[in-house]
Amino acid sequence: MGSNNKWVDVCSRDDLQPNSGVCALVEDQQVAIFYMLEDETVFAINNYDPFGKVNVLSRGLIGDIQGEPMVSSPLYKQHFSLRTGLCVEDKMVKVNTYGVRITGNRVEVNLYNNTPWGEAT
Amino acid sequence: MSNKQTLVVIGNGMVGQNFLVSLMASDIKDNYEVVTFCEETLPAYDRVHLSEYFAGKSADDLSLMEAGFFEDNNITIHIGDKASIIDRSNKTVTSEKGVEIAYDKLVLATGSRAFVPPIPGHDRKGCIAYRTIDDLDEMMSAAKTSKVGAVVGGGLLGLEAAKALQDLNLKTHVVQFSPRLMAAQLDAGGAGLLASKIEDLGISVLTGKNTIQIVDGDTCKHKMIFADGGELEADMILYSAGIRPRDELANASGLKIADRSGVVINDNCLTSDEDIYAIGECASWNDQTFGLVAPGYAMARTVVDHLTGGNETFKGANMSTKLKLNGVDVASIGDAHASTPGSLVYTYQNGVDGIYKRLVVSQDNKLLLGAVLVGDASGYPTLSQYYLNRIELPTNPDSLILPSRSDESVGLGPDALPASAQICSCFDVTKGDICTSIEGGCTTLGALKDETKASTGCGGCAALLKSVLNCELEKAGFDVNTDICEHFAYTRQDLYNLVKVEEIKTFAELIAKHGSGKGCEICKQAVGSILASYWNEYILKDAHVGVQDTNDTFLANMQKDGTYSVVPRMTGGEVTPEGLIAIGQIAKKYGLYTKVTGGQRVDLFGARVDQLPPIWQELIDAGFESGHAYGKSLRTVKSCVGSTWCRFGVDDSVGLAVKLENRYKGLRAPHKIKFAVSGCTRECAEAQSKDIGIIAVEGGWNLYVCGNGGMKPRHGDLFATNLDKETLIKYIDRVLTFYVQTADRMQRTSVWMENMEGGLDYLKSVVIDDKLEICNQLETQMQRVVDTYQCEWKTTIADESKLKRFRTFVNSDKHDENIIFIEERGQIRPANIEERELALAEEA
Ligand code: SRM
Ligand SMILES: Cc1cc2nc3c(=O)[nH]c(=O)nc-3n(C[C@H](O)[C@H](O)[C@H](O)COP(=O)(O)OP(=O)(O)OC[C@H]3O[C@@H](n4cnc5c(N)ncnc54)[C@H](O)[C@@H]3O)c2cc1C
Ligand code: SF4
Ligand code: FES
Repeated sequence: MGSNNKWVDVCSRDDLQPNSGVCALVEDQQVAIFYMLEDETVFAINNYDPFGKVNVLSRGLIGDIQGEPMVSSPLYKQHFSLRTGLCVEDKMVKVNTYGVRITGNRVEVNLYNNTPWGEAT
Repeated sequence: MSNKQTLVVIGNGMVGQNFLVSLMASDIKDNYEVVTFCEETLPAYDRVHLSEYFAGKSADDLSLMEAGFFEDNNITIHIGDKASIIDRSNKTVTSEKGVEIAYDKLVLATGSRAFVPPIPGHDRKGCIAYRTIDDLDEMMSAAKTSKVGAVVGGGLLGLEAAKALQDLNLKTHVVQFSPRLMAAQLDAGGAGLLASKIEDLGISVLTGKNTIQIVDGDTCKHKMIFADGGELEADMILYSAGIRPRDELANASGLKIADRSGVVINDNCLTSDEDIYAIGECASWNDQTFGLVAPGYAMARTVVDHLTGGNETFKGANMSTKLKLNGVDVASIGDAHASTPGSLVYTYQNGVDGIYKRLVVSQDNKLLLGAVLVGDASGYPTLSQYYLNRIELPTNPDSLILPSRSDESVGLGPDALPASAQICSCFDVTKGDICTSIEGGCTTLGALKDETKASTGCGGCAALLKSVLNCELEKAGFDVNTDICEHFAYTRQDLYNLVKVEEIKTFAELIAKHGSGKGCEICKQAVGSILASYWNEYILKDAHVGVQDTNDTFLANMQKDGTYSVVPRMTGGEVTPEGLIAIGQIAKKYGLYTKVTGGQRVDLFGARVDQLPPIWQELIDAGFESGHAYGKSLRTVKSCVGSTWCRFGVDDSVGLAVKLENRYKGLRAPHKIKFAVSGCTRECAEAQSKDIGIIAVEGGWNLYVCGNGGMKPRHGDLFATNLDKETLIKYIDRVLTFYVQTADRMQRTSVWMENMEGGLDYLKSVVIDDKLEICNQLETQMQRVVDTYQCEWKTTIADESKLKRFRTFVNSDKHDENIIFIEERGQIRPANIEERELALAEEA
């Protein structure tokens, strides 16, 4: 499926939380969007915590483990890679990742494109 | 019919009890029907720490008995009944109350009595021995009508007794027969310095005084008359002039008694009757009796071993001692008097700092034979190890007592100790035992103590135990890596100091200067907490918000379904009817579940993130503030109703609790902090289970520190007594700031204290004696936090830009449809997964 036309405008850059996350609702999917200030990168993953079974990942702390950008679940502290969605503590578990980019002052999410992250144009 | 033999133990003191515990832990415990006679009205308690009774410890605290010990082990104990006859030919014991028991094996553990000089007037009312809890009760009641106290005896115990009298607010004198204090352990130089230190404590010392008579006094109740014609008046007289083994029962039954008293035993602790053992202070081995608890425990182990057919023998004991008198350090090891032929002596004397040290070494300068330390006993553990393990001394043995003028350390590293080195003499734990436990997985101090019992007696070996642990962990290739995480090669304490010294105000600045990468939840939260402790800025400032844990970010506690709980502060647990009504109305309006917490306040559950600001707006309008239930910070100060209403109340506990909670609210720390204040020693607020606990007593407030409930409960330590409010607050300021500055992340005060080298005494020396000369700085830092307090919710509500964060979705007003409540007992609760799936399916 062509992905370029699926970019959805969700909010302005000011709505993002520096070095933290917010949640957007895109076609009934809860999308956690994280914004790393130092290198101006954004990441998007599904907001659902597969361990706690509730929608909270956007409220987790972000950082890196050996360079890999991560979010840790606010409930039971498992780490998920912001690039791949893979869980560090349990390699069988993965959350969905999505495309996200900042275009000018707007933030856009693409549910069908999970490769490019942090693309600022 | 059981074919069990009957084993009778006479005396349930420290050693008798230790014997029972060892027996019950052995393979032969089921071979015997065990009966014990306990003359005192209480079963075994910790006599070694008896003087702490004055400092507020109860008989319960001192008890050596695990709950249910006698029942669980089927031991029959006759409390308050004294064994009065041993009939060896018929093998029976008869008690004063008429109980008669036929024994197969008998163990005498009758201890000693305090020696009371048989002079005229020795038994006047108010002249008391210092040995049992009953004696202490008698002292306490006599103290009520006394102003002056005298202690007969200037040995280890006498000095401790003198301190006890002083704690009872009596003008105190120590009267010593011999020309110097602690004559058994100290040489003249050490004793002289000790005497001046004791006098500095406000206790007068009279040496070379032989009391010949006690008569009516002129200004006090009694007058002591000395052989040299001198006199001393006192209202209360304590005897602590040595002990005498209680061998009268053994003597009457015809057992062999030593010339210098004591029941004669052999290396297996058997008396002259092969079915009767004697252990502890009543026993005489090689013409020696032992007035310390460790040799008694060794005898108890020997008997259990002999009963099981083993061949462990009693080999005598190390009589080294360390005095635990507030502010005065004294230690004596081995042959302090240099009475070994040919021995050499090194002495170091420092009149300026009041330090005296003496080493006695063998003729060839290779072995340590004895030592005396006064004024600075920090070398005691190292020297004891040289002595006990016969480790060869360094070329210049005096380097062990000279102050080190460079960084070179003369301490004996734990690595140098052989596996057989005894680390804990109370429980005979060797370095080998400790290493085995470490290999078996005990990698923390707490686990080691539980497993080996090391350091759970007098505590004198704690520092050594810790260094052995660290050294072994390091050798085993364990990362004794104290780095906080991969992003910072520093400990929490290092980071705190960096923040302070370089005046760093943000996480970004700290990681740029001293760290690497982006950080993680470990270092971010730790640094967030340090910055908040030190600068006390609003934690949701842009620079800080990203380093906060979820609960701090939303100023509320996340629940299992992603909703939050709301906890308004109720200082001291006090709340007005209007306040309660307001909370009720708000809870009702937002459909929240309400519950009274274990912290004496009300928690409102089930708030969606977007509901938090309006709920708080209404709470603030009703006069409430944030309760910081979400922070690693001061939680609650619990109180009991106190003297305002309670018929027993000694002081206004609620008033103090409110004051303290208002002072320390908002203080962020390595972990949460809880206080409680009780209005009297009935302790309805459970203050002794809190980080900071305060109890009103007649003379002021008693302060307990470093207790907690939770996963591993710890009883708080009595820190200071009879404080006025001002001093109390000063001490709390200092303890808490010191904790904030030096604890590891997520370390409660209890664990902090347990890992602190020197423990309680060290903390006291820092906070009370200002040993590190930082008290001013600690107080100033606390005052800054107090002065910069703000209710985080008030600040947040007033700032539009902050409220943006409290939305479920940035791009929609919808709610999370996964949050579903079920009604139960008239309130809501989160739906479980099945209920949730069912509800979602119905909706679809
Ligand atoms: C609400 C409350 C239970 C209740 O319904 O009564 C409670 C609830 C929680 N406690 Fe507690 N504790 C509550 C009183 C206590 C007490 C009793 C007390 O304070 O007198 C203790 C034992 C005393 C103590 O701490 O020394 C207690 C020992 C713990 C511990 C174990 C701490 C420890 O050092 O072992 C934890 C876990 C932790 O902090 O790491 C914990 C953690 C928690 C957390 C925060 C668990 C979590 O991460 O979700 C709970 C959520 C709180 C919330 O508001 O959503 N809670 N907790 C009590 C709130 C008191 C308050 O008003 O602030
Ligand atoms: C204030 C104080 C401080 C001390 N400090 C230290 C210290 O720092 N370090 C240290 O190592 N030691 C210290 N000691 C000494 C230590 O307490 C003793 O070594 C230890 O208690 C000896 O234990 P035990 O069981 O032999 O005697 P005890 O503990 O005295 O027990 C003997 C028990 O037997 C009972 N008994 C006697 N006869 C009979 C009978 N016929 N029938 C039934 N019961 C009987 C007695 O009432 C008593 O309860 C201190 C002692 C005191 C008093
Ligand atoms: S005891 Fe456990 S379940 Fe209960 S409130 Fe405390 S942390 Fe939660
Ligand atoms: S030496 Fe007393 S507890 Fe270890």
